[in-house]
Amino acid sequence: MTPKAAASVSGASVVARGWGWRHAGRRAWAVDGVDLRIEPGERVLLLGASGAGKSTLLHALAGVLGGEEEGERRGQLLVNGAEPSGARGQSGLLLQDPDSQVILARVGDDVAFGCENLGVPRDEIWRRVTDALTMVGLNVPLDHPTSALSGGQKQRLALAGVLAMRPGLLLLDEPTANLDPEGVLEVRESVARVLERSEATFIVIEHRVAIWQNLVNRVIVLDAAGGVLADGCPDDVLTSQGDRLAAAGVWVPGRGSGLVAARRDAPAGTATLLRTPGLAIARTKAEIVARDIEVEVLAGTALALTGPNGAGKSTLALTLAGLLKPAGGAVLAVPEFAAGAGPEPIRWKSRQLLTRIGTVFQDPEHQFVAATVRAELSVGPRALRQPEAAITARVDQVLQRLRLDHLADANPFTLSGGEKRRLSVGTVLATQPKLLVLDEPTFGQDLRTWREIVALLDELLREGTALVAVSHDVDFVATVAHREYRLAGRAAAPAVTAGAVPR
Amino acid sequence: MSLLAPAQGHRAIFRINPVAKLAAALLLAGVLILTIDWVSAAVALACELVLFFWAGLSLKSFALRTLPVWIAAPTAGVTTLLYGQSAGTVYWAFGFVNVTEGSVELAIATTLRILAVGLPSVVLFVTVDPTDLADGLAQVVKLPARFVLGGLAGLRLVGLFLEDWRALELARRARGIADGGAVRRLLSQAFALLVLSIRRGSKLATAMEARGFGAPGRRSWARESTFRGRELALVGIGLAVALLSVGVSVATGSWNFVLT
Repeated sequence: MTPKAAASVSGASVVARGWGWRHAGRRAWAVDGVDLRIEPGERVLLLGASGAGKSTLLHALAGVLGGEEEGERRGQLLVNGAEPSGARGQSGLLLQDPDSQVILARVGDDVAFGCENLGVPRDEIWRRVTDALTMVGLNVPLDHPTSALSGGQKQRLALAGVLAMRPGLLLLDEPTANLDPEGVLEVRESVARVLERSEATFIVIEHRVAIWQNLVNRVIVLDAAGGVLADGCPDDVLTSQGDRLAAAGVWVPGRGSGLVAARRDAPAGTATLLRTPGLAIARTKAEIVARDIEVEVLAGTALALTGPNGAGKSTLALTLAGLLKPAGGAVLAVPEFAAGAGPEPIRWKSRQLLTRIGTVFQDPEHQFVAATVRAELSVGPRALRQPEAAITARVDQVLQRLRLDHLADANPFTLSGGEKRRLSVGTVLATQPKLLVLDEPTFGQDLRTWREIVALLDELLREGTALVAVSHDVDFVATVAHREYRLAGRAAAPAVTAGAVPR
Repeated sequence: MSLLAPAQGHRAIFRINPVAKLAAALLLAGVLILTIDWVSAAVALACELVLFFWAGLSLKSFALRTLPVWIAAPTAGVTTLLYGQSAGTVYWAFGFVNVTEGSVELAIATTLRILAVGLPSVVLFVTVDPTDLADGLAQVVKLPARFVLGGLAGLRLVGLFLEDWRALELARRARGIADGGAVRRLLSQAFALLVLSIRRGSKLATAMEARGFGAPGRRSWARESTFRGRELALVGIGLAVALLSVGVSVATGSWNFVLT
């Protein structure tokens, strides 16, 4: 069979009548009152505010929502006229996180996994595996280890695994949210090639509309309050619903972020906080990622750390933050900043870091240590042994500032992605550090959370806080950063540049 | 790092079904723990040391991989020497320490036995690819596919857990709670890792389900796992070594059944 043969699979139809789903133990319905009909072969972009239940709908279509014990449903949802859970393999689902979708150790075996589960005969499996890998453009040997793939390659691998099952319904749940710009392009190109050759019905969720706009012929917007808000051809929906979509957190093309990149000039004459004479950085002792790094961290100024994957951006950020030991040279704090704690941040006590350097990790879940949002925010002030009244006052203030007050008693792990991100920033703000180090603060965030984070950081800068941020996000760097430090990657040693962000 | 990194090589040993390696190692161990005498262990060890030349390992990687066994064996031996059951002539006594003719003999037997059981197990498993082992367990031994493949996929997460653990450690320092109280911090960090690993596990389960894992109907296998002449030969060699060591031991009158 040639890759063309995959096209012989005809598209599946989707029908929803008053469909809704409520997760077990929740009061509110995750999705409700959805009525729609998608014809075989249609290409749909599914939009809606976070919490509108887009993912839930997609999981239901893939038949992986679970049974009675997982939740309750009402209404009807049919794929090709039948319950989706009864016909596994009819729909293929690609998820957001590249790391949790790799199942087996070798590329070929991983692609074959779905076919095996469907009971496809052996010879046919390997034909399909080769076809699927060709379709997504992943040109590696079948026994290539999956652990050696980049994020974008892992997503294409997962896509190949889904395609090999020859689904009539192809479902993509934010497939590029966790990828760097290069990975986003790779995946988009692969999907475009697949759509050219396949007749499968296609549904993708994504809040960055521009990526998929030209590949779909229909946009459906789910209403957070239940039901469908808008449905039609992409241009019509994006024009008529543009404002509402933007307000709901969707990145509508041509509208930008709504924030002007105004803070271009670094404030003059601000104090230096950190210097890095001859700094070399390493994640583990053995492996030096970059050397001869000279950066200066200035009060009231935002420094963006950019560069390709693996160049050591996060490592540099964590080293500046006093969390990783320099592999060579030093990170030195000026005496006013150190305030009696010694010149090297890596030697500061954990408690001494709190009021000096706050770090926001890429994965907010790594930094949660308490059972409620309120307790989470009190951890820092309590470690500083502040009086109880002062802690309460400060925590209330942060809760309000980050719009988390209605969630004060919620468990941090149960928050949505945007809420988790805000809380992780809040835990740091609670102790008012003079320097804030952030690792990909806008990764995978919708426009609404993005705006909130940018506005908050802007305020902090005006108050004189210094920022160091690792970011792939071009909009973020253009809007927030005064200066950019680009790590070139392993190739050249000191081939790094520091300077003003170019217009 | 990945525990699932495929073992690769071109010698015959790499192509033998892991189930046969498992069977041979178990057979040898099963027989050798029936007796405590140095003769049977010494005979088995001698045969094994010759067979290791075909094990597909360089001397260096043999030494490196089996290092734990080389440390464990004499350690157990010395312990037995000092505290083992006393019998016969007393050579040296000091407090609880009692080195006797009996304990010397027991110490030698223990050391040799651990080497004779440990070395072949390690050597056979160095060349096992986890994916092939899973294929074998499911297709040859007929263990339930759900169980075997779930375990195999879970193994891949171990590498991610190591990264999580590192990040948790740094995050705790950043949160101001890494001064003192090491035990308590370790416990809470372990708990956090548990929470994260459950979440990762459930995500992986969804991804597997989305690819039809657990679907009703017969599963097919992309890779055939066979048990043929080569495999039977390896198990046969294991059996031969076991029988020879028992035979020599019984013939020399040193067979010492553990349960008598």
